Amino acid sequence: MADAELLLEPLIPALRRYAYALLRDHDAADDLVQDTLERALSRWSLRRSDGDLRAWLFTIQRNLHVSALRQGRRRGAQVELDEATTPSSAAQQESGIEVQDILAALDQLPEEQKSLLLLVGVEDVSYDEAAKIIGVPTGTVMSRLSRGRQRLRTLLETGRTTLLRRVK
Amino acid sequence: MTGRAFPIGEDELQAFVDERLDGERRAAVEAHLASHPELAERIALERRQRAILRSRLEAKFAEPIPARLRIAHLRTARRTSWMNAWPRIAAAIALFAAGVMAGWFANRVVPVALPPAPTVSVAQGAQAAYRTFVVEVAHPVEVGVQQEAHLLQWLSKRLGRKLAAPDLSPFGYRLMGGRLLPGGSGAAAQLMYDDASGRRLTIYVRAAEGTETAFRFQREGDAATFAWIDQGFGFAVTATATRDELLPIAEAVYRGFEGKS
Repeated sequence: MADAELLLEPLIPALRRYAYALLRDHDAADDLVQDTLERALSRWSLRRSDGDLRAWLFTIQRNLHVSALRQGRRRGAQVELDEATTPSSAAQQESGIEVQDILAALDQLPEEQKSLLLLVGVEDVSYDEAAKIIGVPTGTVMSRLSRGRQRLRTLLETGRTTLLRRVK
Repeated sequence: MTGRAFPIGEDELQAFVDERLDGERRAAVEAHLASHPELAERIALERRQRAILRSRLEAKFAEPIPARLRIAHLRTARRTSWMNAWPRIAAAIALFAAGVMAGWFANRVVPVALPPAPTVSVAQGAQAAYRTFVVEVAHPVEVGVQQEAHLLQWLSKRLGRKLAAPDLSPFGYRLMGGRLLPGGSGAAAQLMYDDASGRRLTIYVRAAEGTETAFRFQREGDAATFAWIDQGFGFAVTATATRDELLPIAEAVYRGFEGKS
């Protein structure tokens, strides 16, 4: 168990980044990462030593996120609306507005597409690993990735991201 | 075999967006895109959005790991949670009994104040200093930016740490000057910046216990503060700004001071 610290800590920044992109709230993101790490520690002896530790952690984190979404749909939606109406982006310089919008736009995608865009596009997880994390065949990963990117493109092109309210 | 022998599929286009194709297949995709301008435009946009997404999240990745997520911390918490269950139950009963007794002596009950964490006290010091001097019109700083070298030398000497003024011009803030303040058990330095609209921002530095490097965010009224401890010194950046506006500035200041003790 002594190696847990050495192996886990270098992976925390990536977990925090993924969590933040999913939740767009710094504290809620760290709560999610904490839950992920606690679960990983409690199952440390059960992990497959030949498996990829990073992919294992992403799997745990994504599963926790998905089950939290299922349990607290209404609460989650409320947080998103609050953040969407924050006028902070108005004060930012132009380049800031564009990059701000990309997370808001990403938020409009179904969770699976959103996670794939983040895991593959940002965390550089391989397609095969992403397939294991999400629990679908690699071919499905490719088509959902493609669909997610297409949708993101449409959202940003029409510039309607801030007007769209997700109806759950 | 040339690229034409294999038609380009959507999977390959995605792999191209993700920069995961080897030389030969990449060249084939590039050739295909060269003759399909509409598709080329779409793929260029997807690549660009991937890059924007990455850069948007870069700062989050670079943040220091908060203390509560450190594995050693989580382990201690876990151990206490299941090994000390019984003592905790006993303590709860004792607390309840104490509460009942306290009810009889209500007048004499004094709330127990825990000493604040070092980052909290640094943030509080910074906010108090911000509130005091940011509204100051006549003498916002003790030594102005005209004497920057002297100012920094003086503050460095009193702090016992080499102090440089981070360049915040990328964020639109320029240095006005600084001052020396009482802080903790010694001296504190405050550097003040302002932007074109007259909005002010301060950097506050003083000696502090600890080597922890987590960022702590605190808001008091309009004033937002990010504070952290690094190598025995506490740092705080305070401004009238949103958390999202202030974070990249705090990160720039953090990087500016890191390793320059």
